[in-house]
Amino acid sequence: MIPLTHFLVVSAILFSLSLVGVMLNRKNIILVLMCIELMLLAVNTNFIAFAHYLGDLSGQIFVFFILTVAAAEAAIGLAIVVLLFRNRGSIDVDQMNQLKG
Amino acid sequence: MGIIDFIFYVSAALVLGSATVVVTSRNPVRSALALVLTFLASASIWMLAYAEFLALILILVYVGAVMTLFLFVIMMLDIDVVTTRQRFVRYAPLVIAMGVILTGLLLLALKPDYFVFAHLQSAVDYGLSYSNTAELGKILYTEYVLAFEVAAVLLLVAIIAAVSLAHRKPRDCKTQQPVAQMMVDPKQRIRLVKPERK
Repeated sequence: MIPLTHFLVVSAILFSLSLVGVMLNRKNIILVLMCIELMLLAVNTNFIAFAHYLGDLSGQIFVFFILTVAAAEAAIGLAIVVLLFRNRGSIDVDQMNQLKG
Repeated sequence: MGIIDFIFYVSAALVLGSATVVVTSRNPVRSALALVLTFLASASIWMLAYAEFLALILILVYVGAVMTLFLFVIMMLDIDVVTTRQRFVRYAPLVIAMGVILTGLLLLALKPDYFVFAHLQSAVDYGLSYSNTAELGKILYTEYVLAFEVAAVLLLVAIIAAVSLAHRKPRDCKTQQPVAQMMVDPKQRIRLVKPERK
């Protein structure tokens, strides 16, 4: 039987990998969005592993809602990317300094 | 090592390998396809943790809908692949060091000395008649029904937001205006004049 720790190790490495991806791919906002999806996947794997090993289905319910919110986030994020590309002609994160924040 | 363990470790290696491809690939289309592979492999990991419904939802919703959307957007926007990678090398050592430190900290927290659940064995051995979908539905529609309704409203809001963001009004295009057509008065269309008799 697979120990719980192995699930958690996989999701920990996946999370760090996607955080590295967010910081590396600063020139392409679509890749940043994909790395956020990977992060959510790592978190969901954690939830599902704990739901299984503690015998409590609430963890799976939580994953259900995370998937819903992530789908909404991807749809709105991509709509914003399309709008940004239409107005600015580039999707570089570093060039988004119009507000001078 | 049983077949279950074998499937788990192969899927885990596949998840981590394809996630690395997502992060490091130069071509956005290739990263999107590697992300599809990551989702498929982690769906098989979720299967092994008895989350059948969510594993299938992950494949249907993510691979079927969200990744298709990503690929559409990648192909619709004409991104110059070469210029998107200029900054890659400069930050790379710092970023990789941060990633290694974060991984080390997360794995340190999983040491059996600190981690309470380290020796937890798989809780229940579900019988063949166990249905994950039915059990999930039972608590989703009773205990979490309010959250379920809120999630439905959230999706509606997301649809409206995405449409109103990306929609462009038609330009240089002649359209009918039904209201103006309905409200027309005969006096605007025809003018009766009485010819003068010479």
